[in-house]
Amino acid sequence: MQKYSIFSLARNALTSHKNWGEAWRNPDPKQEYDVIIIGAGGHGLATAYYLAKNHGITNVAVLEKGYLGGGNTGRNTTIVRANYLLPENELFYEHSLKLWEGLSQDLNFNVMFSQRGVINLAHTDAQVDAHQRRGNAMILNGADGVWLNKHEVKARAPLLDISDRARFPIKGGLLQPRAGTARHDAVAWGFARGADARGVDIIQNCEVTGIDIENGGVVGVQTSRGAIKAKKIGTAVAGHTGHIAAMAEMRLPIESHVLQAMVSEPVKPCLDTVVTSGATHTYISQSDKGELVMGGDLDLYNSYAQRGNFPRIEEVVASVISMFPAFSRLRLMRTWGGVMDMSMDGSPIITKTDINGFYINGGWCYGGFKATPGSGWVYAHTIANDTPHKLNEGFALNRFEHGYMIDEEGSGATPNAH
Amino acid sequence: MLEINCPYCGKRAQKEFTYAGDAGAERPNLETGTNQDWFEFVYLRNNPRGLHDELWHHSAGCRRLIKVRRDVVTHEIIDTGAPSDSLSTGAS
Amino acid sequence: MNHQPFRKPTGGNIDRSQPLTFTFDGKVYQGYSGDTLASALMANGVKLLARSFKYHRPRGLTGYGVEESNVLVQLRTGARSEPNIPATQVELYEGLVAESQNRWPSLHFDIGAVNSKLSGLFPSGFYYKTFMWPAKFWPFYEHAIRHIAGMGKSPTLEDPDSYAHNYRHCDVLIAGGGPAGLMAALSAGQSGARVILCDENADFGGMLRGRRDTIRGKPGPEWVADTAARLAAMKNVRLLRRTTAAGYYDHNLIVLDERVADHKATPENHEPRHRIWHVRAKEVVLATGSIERPLVFADNDRPGVMLTSAAQAYANAHGALAGRRAVIFTNNASAYAAAADLKAAGIEVQAIVDLRDSLEAPELKIAANANIGVLNRHVVVAAHGAKSVHSVTVMPVDSNTTPVGEAQEILCDVVCLSGGWTPSVHLFSQSRGKLCYDETLSAFVPDKSFQRERSAGACQGAFQLDACLHEGAKAGAQAAVAAGFATTAADVPRCSADAVVKPRLLWAIPAPDHLHGGKQFVDLQNDVTAADVGLAYQEGYHSVEHLKRYTTLGMGTDQGRTSNVNGLAIMAGHRAEAITAVGTTTFRQPFTPIPMGAVAGLNAHDHVAPVRTTPLHHWHESLGSPFAPTGQWLRAQGYPKDGETLEQATMREAKHVREKVGIVDVSTLGKIDVQGPDALEFLNRVYINSFSNLAVGKCRYGVMLREDGLVDDDGVVTRLAENRYMITTTTTHASAVMNRLEYLLDVDWPSLNVHLLSVTDDWSGIAIAGPHSRTVLTKVTSADLSNSAVPFMGYAEIDIDGVPVRLFRISFSGELAYEINMAPNATRTVWDALLKAGANQEIIPYGLEAMNVLRIEKGHVVGGELNGRTTADGLGFGKMISTKKAFVGKVPARRAGLTRDDIHQLVGLVPTDEKTRIPRGAQLIADPKATKPVAMQGEVTSQCMSPNLGHPIALALLNGGRARHGETLKAHSPITGQTVTVTVTNPIFIDPQGERLRG
Repeated sequence: MQKYSIFSLARNALTSHKNWGEAWRNPDPKQEYDVIIIGAGGHGLATAYYLAKNHGITNVAVLEKGYLGGGNTGRNTTIVRANYLLPENELFYEHSLKLWEGLSQDLNFNVMFSQRGVINLAHTDAQVDAHQRRGNAMILNGADGVWLNKHEVKARAPLLDISDRARFPIKGGLLQPRAGTARHDAVAWGFARGADARGVDIIQNCEVTGIDIENGGVVGVQTSRGAIKAKKIGTAVAGHTGHIAAMAEMRLPIESHVLQAMVSEPVKPCLDTVVTSGATHTYISQSDKGELVMGGDLDLYNSYAQRGNFPRIEEVVASVISMFPAFSRLRLMRTWGGVMDMSMDGSPIITKTDINGFYINGGWCYGGFKATPGSGWVYAHTIANDTPHKLNEGFALNRFEHGYMIDEEGSGATPNAH
Repeated sequence: MLEINCPYCGKRAQKEFTYAGDAGAERPNLETGTNQDWFEFVYLRNNPRGLHDELWHHSAGCRRLIKVRRDVVTHEIIDTGAPSDSLSTGAS
Repeated sequence: MNHQPFRKPTGGNIDRSQPLTFTFDGKVYQGYSGDTLASALMANGVKLLARSFKYHRPRGLTGYGVEESNVLVQLRTGARSEPNIPATQVELYEGLVAESQNRWPSLHFDIGAVNSKLSGLFPSGFYYKTFMWPAKFWPFYEHAIRHIAGMGKSPTLEDPDSYAHNYRHCDVLIAGGGPAGLMAALSAGQSGARVILCDENADFGGMLRGRRDTIRGKPGPEWVADTAARLAAMKNVRLLRRTTAAGYYDHNLIVLDERVADHKATPENHEPRHRIWHVRAKEVVLATGSIERPLVFADNDRPGVMLTSAAQAYANAHGALAGRRAVIFTNNASAYAAAADLKAAGIEVQAIVDLRDSLEAPELKIAANANIGVLNRHVVVAAHGAKSVHSVTVMPVDSNTTPVGEAQEILCDVVCLSGGWTPSVHLFSQSRGKLCYDETLSAFVPDKSFQRERSAGACQGAFQLDACLHEGAKAGAQAAVAAGFATTAADVPRCSADAVVKPRLLWAIPAPDHLHGGKQFVDLQNDVTAADVGLAYQEGYHSVEHLKRYTTLGMGTDQGRTSNVNGLAIMAGHRAEAITAVGTTTFRQPFTPIPMGAVAGLNAHDHVAPVRTTPLHHWHESLGSPFAPTGQWLRAQGYPKDGETLEQATMREAKHVREKVGIVDVSTLGKIDVQGPDALEFLNRVYINSFSNLAVGKCRYGVMLREDGLVDDDGVVTRLAENRYMITTTTTHASAVMNRLEYLLDVDWPSLNVHLLSVTDDWSGIAIAGPHSRTVLTKVTSADLSNSAVPFMGYAEIDIDGVPVRLFRISFSGELAYEINMAPNATRTVWDALLKAGANQEIIPYGLEAMNVLRIEKGHVVGGELNGRTTADGLGFGKMISTKKAFVGKVPARRAGLTRDDIHQLVGLVPTDEKTRIPRGAQLIADPKATKPVAMQGEVTSQCMSPNLGHPIALALLNGGRARHGETLKAHSPITGQTVTVTVTNPIFIDPQGERLRG
C-alpha cells in the first residue's frame, strides 16, 4: 500500500500525480473464500478489514451489488457519537468512538473525524431529567458527557434562538465533547483500501441473488457474477437485511424505512458543533465544505426507495429555522434518501444465526454510520470465532423471543418509532 | 407526497393518514396464542422488497383503518380497501 | 456620457427609460429595468466577478440562467443578506447591493489565489491523503479548511420576510414556458382542463427570449407575448412566472417555488417573499428545455469564456455585449446563428472554430452572410489571459481529433463555447423516469416514463424550434386527453428554421506539450479538472458516484448542469466504455436551491408544533403561572405570589392541599368514550385487570400493556351506563392510545360492536383535592356527596352552579378528592364557583408542579416511570393482573426477560441525611469511586422536596427493588457533580393504607 502523507503528496506533485496507484483493486471473484461479506458499505468493509487485521483471515471477499460505499455509508448525516442510556448500547458505541479517534492514522486515510461535540437540546423539564439521566449513564460507562445550561449552549451555537418565545424553549443541553462528524465516503474508501491491501477482494457490481445452504450450514452464494463458495457468510447490508435474510428463509425483526437527509448551499463557518433537538427530532451540523447537513424523522412508511417525499423535508427545515432563525434565507440545495433497517427495539443485531456459518449484521436504524468501526470490530470477532464479542452479546437475534430488548426510546415493537 | 384512496372518503393526501404498519401479520388468538405465535406477530416481518400490504389510519379523516397494497420500491399504490378486504394484485 | 460601455444603444427587452442604480463590491453602476444583475454587469464591462472555490482563480460569467457556475454573489445586506445567488438569476431593482464572495481582501487582489500556485499539492481528494499527522493537529487543519471553503456567508439575523404555502389540484401541469410549454398550454387550455403553466424566469419564452427566431413572421418574443395573453384570457389556465418546478414527487405531486418578491428590494404589502405550490397534477408536461455544454480545454475558465447561447442572449435580450472581439468554438451547428447574432450586435467575430470535418450548407450560408470566417476541423487548445481572456490558441485536428500542425493565436476578449446541448431531464428523472443515451445528440434523454408525464421539446432532445412547437402542441393535447378531456393539438404556427444539432465529440481537448500546465476545467464551480477525473480513474474511483464524491464534480450549487456530461464522458473514455455503461448520477430535488424559509412556509417558529391550551389558560396566565409544554399542551405550573419562586409556590401549594383544599386544571388528560354492547369485553381485552364486576356509576383504575407485554398507559375506567364507559389516558399518550384502540377494533376485532370517540376536548377537567374538598363541593351543589352516595371510586352526574357536571371520586394526590368534568365553556364558571365557595376553607389553585409533588409522595407513576421499558409487576401493578382472562400483552409479558428477578421495580428513595435533594436523573450505584464502567442498579425517575414529610424524596426504578427496601445506595449524578446516599423505601410515602382518600 502506497503510504499517504504530505510528503508523498509533495513527491507525487512533482510527477503530476501520475504515479498514484489504485486505492483498491477490481479483482474478479475467486471460486471460493473462507469468508464472504455481503455488502461493501462501511460495515462490510470494516468487518473485512478487521478480519484481516485482528484475526489474520485474509481469504475474504466483500460482494457489492453496486459501487462500494454507495448505500447508507454515503447517504447519512455523518454524526459520530456515543451518547446512549442503556449499557449495551453505550459500551458498544463508546468502543466505536475510541476506534474513530485513531481511525485516520490506523487506515492511513484521513476520514476527517472532527470532534466538534454533539449537543442534545432539552426543551422541557422532563427532557432535562431524561438527558441528565442519560449523561450520567454515559459517564458511568466510561464515556464523556457535559451538561450545558442554555447560555453555554448558545456560546457553542451562537445562531441558536434561546429565547423563551420559542415554541420549544431551550432549557439546556447534553454535550458529548468527543462526539462529532466524519467524512462519510472516506470511511468506506479508507476501510476498502486497508482491507484490499491486506488481501481482501472487494468485488463491485456483484449482486447476491441466493444463499446456498446445505445440511443447515452455508456453502456459498449465487451472484450476478456466478456462484462463489464460502465457509462463512456475513451480511452487512443494512436497509436490505430483510431482503438478504429472506434468501436464507429467515424472517427478521426488521422493517425497511426511508430516511431523508438534506444539505443547504455551502456557506462560511456558522455552526461549529452538532445540534440535535428531541422536541422535533432534528439534527444539524455544518460540513467542512460549508453545507448545513440536516436530517429528521423517517418518512414513517415501509420503503426500499432511497427517495422520500416533501412533507418530511418541510418539517425538518421548519424545525431547523425555528432553532436557527437566521438560516431562513440559506437555500436548500440537495435532498436524498436512504433505506434504514428499523429493528423492533431500535438497537442493532450483530449475531450468528441458527444456520451454521451465516451471520447477520443489521438493524442499525438511524445509527449505523457512527458504529462503523465498532461494528466491523465485533462482527469480525463474531465471524472469526463463531461466538460474539462481549460487546455484541446483547445484540443477539434471540433477544426478542426471550424479552431482552434493548429499547433506548421505550417505544416498543414499532419500528418507525425508534 | 403519496395520495391514498381511502375506501370510505376517496383520494386524500398522505398528510391525513398515519402509517399503521404491516398488514400481513395475523394477530394470535387472545385466548389460545402461544408465546411463539406472539413472538412472530409482534416482532417478525416479511419486509418484502416489492408489494407490501400495510395499514394506514385515516387519522385526520374518517379515523378508519384501511389496507393499502403498495410497492415499497416505487411507492405505487396498487389497491386499497377495508382491513379485511382482499386486494387486487395489480396484475390485470 | 455612456455609463454602460458594453450596452448597445438600441434593442433588447429592456426599458432604457427606466435606469436603475445598483452596487457591486461597493462600486455604483447603472442598468435598466429588464436587466439581470449579470446583464447589467456585462453592460458595464465588469468581467472579473468571482473567484473560484479551491484555486481562487479569477472568474466571469459563463451562463445566462440557472446554469451559471461562477458568478455567485452575496445579495442584499443585513437580515436580508443571502449568499451564493447566481447573478444570472437576479432581476435588477433600484438600489440592489451585491458583493462578490470567497475572496480576501478583494476580488482583484485575492490572497487565496496562492492556492493556484500550489495547485500541484491540491489534486482531487488531497485531503484524504494528508493532515493526519500529528493526529491532534487535525482540529487546526480542519479549522483552516473550513474557513477556506464555504463560498458566501450566512446571515446572522432573523429573516424579516414571510413565506406562504399553497395547495392545488390541476389536470395538466406544464413545467417550462418556452415554445414547447406555451404550445402545450394552448392545447391543454383549449380543452377546458385546469392548466398550470410555470416558468422559472421573469417571463415566458425560454430560449426564444435570447434568440432572433421568427414565428408567424414576427420576432419570437412578440409571439410569446401574444400567446401568454391568449392563455391569460383562459379562465382555466393559471400562469406562474418566476416559478421553478423544483421537485417531482410520488403520485404526481410537483413542488413549485414561486419567487413572489425577489425582484423587488423588499416584499410589498405583506406579500410573501416566496410561495411554495404543492400541485397534485393528473397529467404533467415537462418542457424544461436544455442547457448548452461548454468545451474543455486549457484555461477554459478565464473571464470572457462563456456559453455561446449566453453571449447571444445577453446581446439579443439586453443589448449587453460580452466583449468586443469574439472567437466561437463549437462542435455543432447551433453556434452559427448565435455567431451571426453577435456580429449583428456589433461584436467582431474573429472566427468560428469548428471541430467538425465537413460543414453543411445552412450553417456555411449563415457564416458567409455574416462574413465570419470558419476554421473547420480546428480546436481551441488554450485560452490566455488572467483577469480576462485576451487570446486563444487554435490548432487543426487530424481525423482522430488530435491537435496537429501549426498553432495560431487569435486575439479576442470573449470566447463562446458550444459543445452540444444537454436536455434538462432533472424533473423527468426525479419522477422515476428512465433515461437513455442518444448517441447522435450525445445526451441523456427521457426514455420510459414512470408517472403520468411526458416530455416535449428540447428537454427530450428536440432542439429545433419547429419541433418544439409541434411536440409541445401534441404533448399538451395528449395530457389533456389523458386527464379526461376531448381535444386535439393546437394549431402550430410557422417559424424560422434552425440548425440541426449533431455534435462531433471530443470531451477534453488534448493540450499540446508546449501548453502543458493549463488547467482544463470540467466543473468550474468546484474547480474540478479533466486531470482530476483522470486521477480519480487512476486511483480506482471508477463509478460515476465515486467520481462525483472523490472529485466533488457536480456537487456545487449549480448541481453540475454544465459539467456532469463532460465529466462522465471523460471517465467513460478512461474506462474505455460507452457513456451508457458509466451512467449518470441521480438527479436530486430541488432543481434549483430553494430558501429554507420558503420550504418551511408558515410551519416554523410558533407553528412548528400545534399548541393546545385548556379553557382556563388565560386565567392561569392572568395569575402569572409559567407553563410547561406537555406533548402539545401547555400546562400551568403553579401560582407564585408575593415574590415566591415557582419552587416555593410549589411547596406551599402541595402542603396546602394536604392540609386544606386546592383545585387544579386537569383538562389535558386524555378521555375516550367507549360505547356498545361489547364495550365491556373490549375493555377486558385491553386492560390487565377485569372490569366485569364494575358497577354502573363506579370507577376503576386500569393499566394497559403493549403487544410486547410492557406497560403502555394507565388511567381510570368509569362505567357511565350499562354499555357505556369513559376511560382516561395520560396527557401525552392520549392520541397514541386512541389510535391503538381504533386499530384493535377495526383490524383485529371487527366483530366487537364497540364505538370509540375521543372526548378529550369535549370535557374539561378540574380536580379538587384536600381534606376540605367535600365541604367546598357541598356548597356548590345540592347533590348528596356523602361517602355512601359517592364513595371512593364512585361516580355521579350532578349540577354545580347550574352547570351539569360529571363527578368522579378519584384521587391522584392521595387526598380526599374529586375530579369534575364539564363542558369546556362552563369551566370558568365552575372554577370560579369553587374558588368562591371555598374561601372559608382557604381554597387555593395549585399547578402541575404541586400536583407532581403530591403524586410522588403518593407513589403514583407518570412519564419517568412509564418509560416504555417497565413491566406491570415492576411498577407495582402485579396484583391487578387478571389470571382469569386474556388480555393484550399477557403472553409476551411472561417472557424470561420480563420476569427476571433483577428487573426494574418501583421503589422510593429517601436521603439518609433527610436533607439533601436527590439529584434528578441520578443513577443508583454502590460505589461512585469504582472503576468504569460502573454497573448501574437503577435510576431516579422523579424527585422532589416533600413539604409534607419535611425531607426530599424520590421515586426510582431499581433492579429487583421491591426486595431491597432498607438498603443504602448512592444516587450519583456525575454530570452535575452530585452524589447523595439514599435509603430504598416503599414508593408510597404518604398514607400507604389509603385512609385519607377514603375519608
